[in-house]
Amino acid sequence: MKPGGLTFHFHKVSDWAWLTGHIGYFWQLSRTHLYIALVSVAIGLLLALLVGCLAARIPTTHPPILAVTTVLYAWPSLAAFAFLLSITGPSDTTVIIPLSAYAFALLVRSVTEGINNVPDDVRIAATAMGYRSMRRLLTIELPAAVPVIIAGLRVATVSSISLATVASLIGVSTLGQLFVAGENTDFLTEIIAGVVIVAMWALVFDGLLLLSGRMLTPWARRVS
Amino acid sequence: MIRFERVTKRYADGTLAVDDLSLECADGEITVLVGTSGCGKTTSLRMINRLVDPTSGTIRVAGKDVTKSDPAELRRTMGYVIQQGGLFPHRTVIDNIATVPRLLGASRAKARGRAYEMLTLVGLSEPMGKRYPYQLSGGQQQRVGVARALAADPPVLLMDEPFSAVDPVVRSELQQELQRLQAQLHKTIVFVTHDVDEAVKLGDKIAVMQVGGHLVQFDTPERILARPENAFVESFVGTDRGIRWLSFFAAKGLRLHVPATVETTTSAEDARRIAREAGTGWLLALDADRHPLGWLEVATLNGGASIELAGLRSLGHTFKPDDDSLRAALDATVLSPAGVAVAVDDRGVVVGVADHEEVTRAIRAASGRA
Repeated sequence: MKPGGLTFHFHKVSDWAWLTGHIGYFWQLSRTHLYIALVSVAIGLLLALLVGCLAARIPTTHPPILAVTTVLYAWPSLAAFAFLLSITGPSDTTVIIPLSAYAFALLVRSVTEGINNVPDDVRIAATAMGYRSMRRLLTIELPAAVPVIIAGLRVATVSSISLATVASLIGVSTLGQLFVAGENTDFLTEIIAGVVIVAMWALVFDGLLLLSGRMLTPWARRVS
Repeated sequence: MIRFERVTKRYADGTLAVDDLSLECADGEITVLVGTSGCGKTTSLRMINRLVDPTSGTIRVAGKDVTKSDPAELRRTMGYVIQQGGLFPHRTVIDNIATVPRLLGASRAKARGRAYEMLTLVGLSEPMGKRYPYQLSGGQQQRVGVARALAADPPVLLMDEPFSAVDPVVRSELQQELQRLQAQLHKTIVFVTHDVDEAVKLGDKIAVMQVGGHLVQFDTPERILARPENAFVESFVGTDRGIRWLSFFAAKGLRLHVPATVETTTSAEDARRIAREAGTGWLLALDADRHPLGWLEVATLNGGASIELAGLRSLGHTFKPDDDSLRAALDATVLSPAGVAVAVDDRGVVVGVADHEEVTRAIRAASGRA
């Protein structure tokens, strides 16, 4: 291999001058990106808690709820965007709605599974102590389900941060914009920058959730 | 008083869990419901605090039909302890114990103060209060379970196989602890177990139940062991029920003999002479404070100047005539190499011995009285 060829190739992969010159731009894209990804997870979590609690309270609602969430999750995101574009146009909402639905589909399983995993003796003891069912759900079963919910939340958050890139295909400028532009101009550095930044944010939020999960549930930590 | 009046529970699938049960659990006493699995003992217990409602019949607590009370409020007046502890994993020990006072509206500070009292009452130290359930041993979890059940000072305590999941040594400790607490608190306790020994040890009254939810016999432990109502109870209480029954008779009635004794400094020659004069082949070796050391078999002495401590045979174990039962005395004779049980006082000083014949005589006398 000729040294010149290598230099050229290296230049294409990591154009440091371009990278350093665009940090403000990355930050701007990141803000939109994270706003969309995290708001979606928050909406998904809120709905999942409501629906998950309903499924736990009324067991007959459990199978249909799981069926609906499976269908939701199987729905291709591009089809969702295309469909929503005709209603809400190329806006944040168009992206947030399907992403929330995905997060919801993932998290509703975590919430129901977490609540169902609370040992029976804990539930019976709570009832026998004189808890009414709503208070038992909110102060015993839900808190005891937190480790499972956090585990689901980590998956949903990483997946949402990754999925938010697709928004750029319909003209909402998330970090996916770096893929679209890099592809159009055949500029590899921009594409790699996009991958690395998305992965970095995913790791950061995964780590934050891991830590806050540990802080929230000191009772679940096992002494090593 | 808790009263079952012709209570029947039939589940939707037709299973008869409890069949026409009538029973009275006296105030301040421990009533044990005992039986094999599927005999309806747990269902009966759960009907008291309305975890299960009867199909027909009435359960009254202090004269009041429980189905007329709001379930949650009723339950707050009854402590409940279950096998696995059922502690809330996300709450500290102290907040677990404070549960019912909090439900009854006590402030957090007041409920925790009460919880710390309970923690001490069940024999746990204060620092234990800040731990989470997963950091406790099985026995400690059960203690916390008992403390939580007692925290609101309920008149009634319902216990569903509370000590079944811990090892025998811890179980025995927890049983003694419960007896100690009961002597102090005089709760009306309904206790479910499948273990006859536990029933006999703890129960003031025992209700033996049979599969299909029948009450077969309801009586004191003594009478259940001495006069089982039918073949089921007889087989259920086991083949050694006679031996167990002896635990209800004090060893105090034994006529103790003075044993032939030696000290470690006694010469072999003297030992042979003492044995000859007493007409026995076994001598009890004592230390200077008259604590028993073991049995010396005279036939094994070979000449030497003094007794070899190493040649002593184990006592098996001793018994205390003031505290122990004839069961303990009989056990001590069986285990003794000399066939003689050694009685000691609280300081462990020998007060006398009883041989097989004397124990047999005492058993005859006791069973004649029963």
